[in-house]
Amino acid sequence: MNRASLIFAALLVVLFPLSLLAGRVWIDPFASNGPANAALILAELRAPRAVLAVVIGAGLGAAGAAMQGYLRNPLADPGLFGIAPMAALGAVASFWLGARWALPLAALAGAGLGMAFLALIAGRTSSDAGGGAGAGIALFTLAGLMLASLAGALTALAITLAPSPFALSEIVLWLNGALTDRSWREVTIAAPLVAAGIAVLAVAARSLDALTLGETAARSLGVDPARLLVLLIIGIGLTVGAGVAVAGIIGFVGLVVPHLVRPLTDRLPSHLILPSALAGACLVLAADTIVRILPLVTELRLGIALALIGAPFFGWLLVRMRRGRL
Amino acid sequence: MLAAENLTVTRGGQVVVDDFTVALAPGRITAIVGPNGAGKSSLLLALAGLLEPAGGAVTLDGAALAALTPRARAQAIGYLPQSPDIAWDVSVESLVALGRLPWRDRGTAEVEAALAALDLETLRGRPVSQLSGGERARVLLARVLAGTPRWILADEPLAALDLAHQFGLIAHLTACAQGGQGVVVVLHNLALAMNHAHRVLVLDSGRLVADGLPAQALAPEVIAKVWGVRARWLGEAGARALELGE
Repeated sequence: MNRASLIFAALLVVLFPLSLLAGRVWIDPFASNGPANAALILAELRAPRAVLAVVIGAGLGAAGAAMQGYLRNPLADPGLFGIAPMAALGAVASFWLGARWALPLAALAGAGLGMAFLALIAGRTSSDAGGGAGAGIALFTLAGLMLASLAGALTALAITLAPSPFALSEIVLWLNGALTDRSWREVTIAAPLVAAGIAVLAVAARSLDALTLGETAARSLGVDPARLLVLLIIGIGLTVGAGVAVAGIIGFVGLVVPHLVRPLTDRLPSHLILPSALAGACLVLAADTIVRILPLVTELRLGIALALIGAPFFGWLLVRMRRGRL
Repeated sequence: MLAAENLTVTRGGQVVVDDFTVALAPGRITAIVGPNGAGKSSLLLALAGLLEPAGGAVTLDGAALAALTPRARAQAIGYLPQSPDIAWDVSVESLVALGRLPWRDRGTAEVEAALAALDLETLRGRPVSQLSGGERARVLLARVLAGTPRWILADEPLAALDLAHQFGLIAHLTACAQGGQGVVVVLHNLALAMNHAHRVLVLDSGRLVADGLPAQALAPEVIAKVWGVRARWLGEAGARALELGE
């Protein structure tokens, strides 16, 4: 475990209990007569929500670090693979069909479909003459963007043709991403998938290091580009797909988190994945705690809150990049 | 022995290496020279097993290179691309340690040896963005050396280096060859090939047009035919300079 992992693990140890105590109803751990049903609030509302924030944040953080390593670009985001929009499309289909109960499954099916499509594209680009050197990653990224655009357009169509105002409202709210009212059921769906996804990304980590020198040099170091791509599709598909399936679209975490971690490491992608998972967990947990305690009439959606933080951060990154500091 | 037999390489539908046959011995520096677009880099990639031939085969000690696993191939052949773009501002030591990836170990002793061989010990913690061009070239070669490959294939490693750094780097490659490693290097500077290579392969439009000792392969008539330039060699063996013109 490197220094960055220790720092964010320590931060998580501090944030997690704080998140359990914070909310519209504050719980004082030292009070002998706290709010009624405090144990119930902790066990059934706060704890699953906090665990889910950790799980989703960890998945998005690790996926972001892997994606930036793969594309050799600090502005890359796991959303570029189009898996999140595909998962969202699956979820929206469940609203549209009135099968709200099947939402996580439908979202996972959407993510799976996206992963299968990308695997098909990967097979074609990596079998390009010359091993697809140079062009493979660019072609694949364009395929991911195409998938994201297609899924986005179909989602917009589903919203336009929503069968009822109620379904329309549910779809729009859900797309903004939130952890409100999530239970242990969502945790049991997402946690194993995200853990498996992070494990797959960890397997791919050293190959991502080799890409530091470019695709040809990576191949000369024994990296099999097709295998690496399949690992990334599975890893990012599981982490991002599982997150969308239980919480909707939560953007910018994958983009922002590796930048918070990178200065604390020697910047190799393999040294970023675990600390980015921990930092992602901290960021989503902190953001979800903040939206819970903000004095607003209705709770601010987590996806909106993170985008409000992430968009200016993205602009700051662009300025830094222009100044050659990335 | 690294050998190519009837090797043909195509890129974008064009034949860039045409029916090329050669057998290279370790412990020597072999220079590949030729005009722009002659197919030198494509040939080097094919010899490194990084470009699938359209015809023929590359063999390493009698075994087909294509039959080796990527890892086994990477352990045997270190490839140094021309001025690669380094994506992340990693430290010198981290970059050199990437050379151990085919072995899946930390290879501390090998990394230390590579840093020492290229006089990089004092720079080990420096980010690569803060290196000069000469230091960067030494670091990239050290990355290859850390992998302890039997063959080093380098694509124009001296490009963009000043005279002193060119000589420094070629001295390192000579030391590698003297240590028993096979060194194949694409060069543009014919004088460097003449003075430092043990064997020179001249490529023109994808075909091998001259092969042999530097003085034979780079004879004025070959230069006139391939580069379309009249030139003659001045000076003593090992310190020759090319004079252009009649």
